[in-house]
Amino acid sequence: MTTQTTAPGIPSTPASGPATGLIGIPPHLGRALATGGGALTVVSAFLAWTWTSAFPGDLTVYGYPGGLQVLALIGGALTTLLCLSSYGVKGLRWLTPAGADGAIKFAALATFATVWYTVLAITVDLGGVVNLEPGGFVAAIASLAGLLGALALPFERPEREPHDPDDTGWELFRHRLRTGGDIAKAAFAGGTARPVGTLPSYAEILIIVAVLGLGLTVFTYGIGTEYDELFIGFLIMAAFGFAALNKAGLVSQASQITARHQNITICGAFVAAAMFPFTQTDDQYATVGVYILIFGTVALGLNIVVGLAGLLDLGYVAFLGVGAYAAALVSGSPSSPFDVHFPFWAAVLVGAGASLVFGVLIGAPTLRLRGDYLAIVTLGFGEIFRITANNLDGTSGPDLTNGSNGISSIPNLNILGFDFGAEHAIAGFTIGRFANYFFLMLLITAVVVLVFRRSGDSRIGRAWVAIREDETAALAMGINGFRVKLIAFAVGASLAGLAGTVQAHVTYTVTPEQYLFAGPIPPNSAFLLAAVVLGGMGTISGPLIGAALLFLIPNKLQFLGDYQLFAFGLALILLMRFRPEGLIPNRRRQLEFHEDAEAPTVLTKAGA
Amino acid sequence: MTTTDTTTKTAPVGETVLDARGVTMRFGGLTAVRDVNLTVNRGEIVGLIGPNGAGKTTFFNCLTGLYIPTEGEVRFKDKVLPPQSFKVTAAGIARTFQNIRLFANMTVLENVLVGRHTRTKEGFWSAILRGPGFHRAEAASRERAMELLEFVGLESKADHLARNLPYGEQRKLEIARALASEPDLLLLDEPTAGMNPQETRVTEELVFAIRDQGIAILVIEHDMRFIFNLCDRVAVLVQGEKLLEGDSATVQGDERVIAAYLGEPFEGAPGAEEVAEVEAAEAQAETTTDAAPGKENDR
Repeated sequence: MTTQTTAPGIPSTPASGPATGLIGIPPHLGRALATGGGALTVVSAFLAWTWTSAFPGDLTVYGYPGGLQVLALIGGALTTLLCLSSYGVKGLRWLTPAGADGAIKFAALATFATVWYTVLAITVDLGGVVNLEPGGFVAAIASLAGLLGALALPFERPEREPHDPDDTGWELFRHRLRTGGDIAKAAFAGGTARPVGTLPSYAEILIIVAVLGLGLTVFTYGIGTEYDELFIGFLIMAAFGFAALNKAGLVSQASQITARHQNITICGAFVAAAMFPFTQTDDQYATVGVYILIFGTVALGLNIVVGLAGLLDLGYVAFLGVGAYAAALVSGSPSSPFDVHFPFWAAVLVGAGASLVFGVLIGAPTLRLRGDYLAIVTLGFGEIFRITANNLDGTSGPDLTNGSNGISSIPNLNILGFDFGAEHAIAGFTIGRFANYFFLMLLITAVVVLVFRRSGDSRIGRAWVAIREDETAALAMGINGFRVKLIAFAVGASLAGLAGTVQAHVTYTVTPEQYLFAGPIPPNSAFLLAAVVLGGMGTISGPLIGAALLFLIPNKLQFLGDYQLFAFGLALILLMRFRPEGLIPNRRRQLEFHEDAEAPTVLTKAGA
Repeated sequence: MTTTDTTTKTAPVGETVLDARGVTMRFGGLTAVRDVNLTVNRGEIVGLIGPNGAGKTTFFNCLTGLYIPTEGEVRFKDKVLPPQSFKVTAAGIARTFQNIRLFANMTVLENVLVGRHTRTKEGFWSAILRGPGFHRAEAASRERAMELLEFVGLESKADHLARNLPYGEQRKLEIARALASEPDLLLLDEPTAGMNPQETRVTEELVFAIRDQGIAILVIEHDMRFIFNLCDRVAVLVQGEKLLEGDSATVQGDERVIAAYLGEPFEGAPGAEEVAEVEAAEAQAETTTDAAPGKENDR
């Protein structure tokens, strides 16, 4: 609590040795090699890499990059541009506000990993190196040369800690490992970006538009990847490419600009998301889109409970279920015991209202507990909901939910004569069923984002954070802890219920098995929590991005099969080890976990 | 310091704010506080001293609703205190903590804004709908919070995270946060613990300035110079019971107080002879323990 961090502004530069590269190529030669390697990779993307179209993506054509070659092209181009920027070429210097060398290393690594992954995949899939055309070899060698050149770029070596001569072999080994780790970290480190000067506001808005456009493009590309190899290549490229842009300082500059125009950024993000269905030719990927939105919206609702108020809720998916069941019961479905068909607005009210009631019913007795006890009780309630829904089938209980068969054939929504089940043509684009629901869900997401932002930055939001930080002190400040926590719980529950009403219509059927604690298909309580933690607690974009990743990765990597959950667990452990604050860190949490790092000591905007 | 001292004596003493009668707190078989009576008047600084474990903080917790006294009652402005700490704050008692309890990951300004909680009304719907009333209340809260930060001298650090403040400033922020609830009585639990003499003096000035606003102050402290400079009255708590109450001079000169802190000579108290013997033995022991330097840390 009273730990003092080191004073801001004093860069913790250890007495550094001579600035040399990781490998013994002279730096100027290395830079040239990286530039050339990058450029040559770009060229090689236009060559044929293999002779047969048996490898997906058709890499056999000269003069036209396809599939993974496009990724290699992007990586090569990025490396070349960063290198040129490091040479000080006019007009490209803005690319590297935080120094180019770290960024070049990551870009070269991205290119190298993508190209070599492709080449190896071709070799393994088709059974031998013979299947590579000369273009493939050129690409492999060029990207390797680029990587070697990049690694030769100089960096400030950290001071070596002398090792204790009494160390045993194991301790010596660990010491070497640690030193090696430090050196590798230093080799890939970037500087701190210089702050963005004030641009005219139209320019800043243009930059925001460009950033959002890039985001939409990347996301659409990721959703649209048709085969496993391309998706893996995409993940490699996206991860290392993002790291490169981060080290170049572009990410921090972009976030400074977006922080200046938060409202515009959020509106723009919604416009960009609304463009998504128009980029698709059929309804196939709109399905993925709408499921991601449902998952993300519920995760954002959970973020109020977990991220702001600090109440660990392990049964949150039950509220989604309550909302979905409530909406399904009044939807006019033949398997619903009630023979009513509410209009959508009434169904939404019923769904959100039912979740609210359940939230208060569950919260009132449990919120007097703190910490782990609350988590265990909510976990229990989540399971109770599922089992109850299973049993209310007319034989072991009153007939309400139709047991494990669930409530099926839920009719499509019809709002003001707009039939969500039918295809519509808007401005020459065909908008299918799932795209219709995508737009509706986007509206719900907007509501949740609005609630999150506005409540977070107010008296009640500050009370939530205060409770999370120190409950005793918060009580002493006059905050009625129980009441405030109950509000957080109820708000989170009704937002989940809101999403549930749409979900019931999207999936046609509501069954108890959709609302598990943990399972391979999101949303379930464990994945929801993972999306929040992975994305970044207390932020808006974090849970949405976390949800997108957690939905897309299992969806795309079907070949992992039974190992999916294993891989998921492994990824989560690695992430928590190396980036505990999540992908999109809330500035508070970044400070919490990296006390002495380069993180800012001043918080200009609260929360996200 | 002497100038402020004189103002202390001449400060107007108003009506009784806090009136604790026969407060007793038992934890199972242990009686932490027994039958303590204490009154605090408006515009008065009252000190509460006593050796460690005397029950000072327990008594504080009884006053702030964290504990409900087993026997006796606490009246605040002629009303019996409600049994929950957030209601106590709303009634007008604010406190700071012995071990600083700031909201470490909130900014300095936000910490003070949380302190405004009881003096603002805006609920969840108001936050969502953001009518003109919300903006007005929010702006007023911010303005008042900034005034308080200026008062304690932290206005330039409003955007810093509370955890990044140096120790002394964290103490000040805690006081500002407590003042934000517009209390009639401020309870300070060891406000100068861990401070150097200079910081202590600054805190003294701050406490006087708060008193001059007409807020009654009850302070626990171990720093005797601080207490005797500051307080109009001092109560001494020993083993859960009030030993003595009076002005600084009375308490300072009382033998029982000195005995409570330092212990009193018992029947077979060692004479000069024994003392010399013990000292010699200790000197001898020191030379032998020097050989084992690792032991130093264990003390």
